[in-house]
Amino acid sequence: MSIFQVPNINVAGISACVPEKIFNNQDYDWISEKEREVLIKTIGVSKKHHADKGLTTSDLCYASAERLLNELEWERSDIDLLVFVSQSRDYIIPATAGLLQDKLGLSKSCIAFDVSLGCSGYVYGLSIVGSLMNNGAAKKALLLTGDISTLNTSYKDKSAYPIFGDAGTATALEFKNGHSPMIFNLQTDGNGYDAIIIPDGGIRNFVEVESLNYKKISEGIYRNNLNIILDGVKVFNFSLREVKPNVLALLQNEDMDIMDIDYFVFHQANKLMNETIRKQLKISPEKVPYSLNDYGNTSSASIPLTIVAEISNMVKNSSKTLLLSGFGVGLSWGSVIVETENVTCPPILIYKG
Amino acid sequence: MNINDFISRIEEEFDDIKPSTLEPDDILKEKFTWDSINALIFLAHVNVEYDVEITADELIESKTVRDLFNLVESKVETK
Repeated sequence: MSIFQVPNINVAGISACVPEKIFNNQDYDWISEKEREVLIKTIGVSKKHHADKGLTTSDLCYASAERLLNELEWERSDIDLLVFVSQSRDYIIPATAGLLQDKLGLSKSCIAFDVSLGCSGYVYGLSIVGSLMNNGAAKKALLLTGDISTLNTSYKDKSAYPIFGDAGTATALEFKNGHSPMIFNLQTDGNGYDAIIIPDGGIRNFVEVESLNYKKISEGIYRNNLNIILDGVKVFNFSLREVKPNVLALLQNEDMDIMDIDYFVFHQANKLMNETIRKQLKISPEKVPYSLNDYGNTSSASIPLTIVAEISNMVKNSSKTLLLSGFGVGLSWGSVIVETENVTCPPILIYKG
Repeated sequence: MNINDFISRIEEEFDDIKPSTLEPDDILKEKFTWDSINALIFLAHVNVEYDVEITADELIESKTVRDLFNLVESKVETK
């Protein structure tokens, strides 16, 4: 068990950006109309935003960061740390964080690097940025998270295509002496590495001509080895087994109760899974915001996107206690309790490319 | 565990099954769309109601309503 505190960090602002193009699951003609109806009701995704080829996660994060920095009126030269959490980087080499440091006009004394995590990435990212800031690395920092997952998902894979949406987010963090600590509970089980995986294109399995061969996996599921595989039952059982004890251990460690948390912002996996976790934890629906219906599962962007889309009015003008929880690809999961105060939250940006 | 309670809860859970129409020896595939989505709905249901975990292979092996009941019951007993 790894429960630890990161003190003195204030969340100054959060912003999110999505591509302009919208895909309605009502129009997903790979499956029958009746199947679509059941699917939309079960996964809770009516529509989501899809990137056109050529648009990257970093473009969406860049737009989010620009907007946020302008709103906060932060000097670029004051930002000494940028962490980019994503599994859809611009290039295999180099890291994307450097490109963003340059594009955003940050100084050369800025620390910048990538972290390869998905669903749990926002919570992990907060712990990394907050810890480095406490070691004196920076007074102001940017955490940029998100993914473009739709471009490497097969249209003819009903187990994955209707779920994912694309988004990129920016979170501005500042060192503030005496601010209530963030409290983390982070966990890993690499034994389930193949539950969500793109098999080819890394060093284990190079891209070969065969990587592009479409194969029938089962009824309604055709894909190649450069597409995302989502093993629904495995991910489902994992999440239903691990998220509840992770959240409860964190609360118990702080002598806190479900009642002490204003909002539980969960990674937006799918409605059935998230609702099952909500019921396991006996949390009332008003405390659990959803952005799934309009944006789908946006990987490491889902938590900040949900805050901006659903509870921005609540976090803008008052103090709130949030519990954020991400779980999935890795398998990796984690939760954090965050005290927020007047968070700057510009409305969701639409990327017109 | 009681198989009648088990069945009435399944009937409540799935929209395409009418109340009091499911029998213990009914073949799942003949009674409703026993596909991957409905399998996940079933997994979620038994997780919340009985606090047990069922694997994909175990679901595939279950042919009848009674098979499902026996599977869940054995898991509840060995908890």
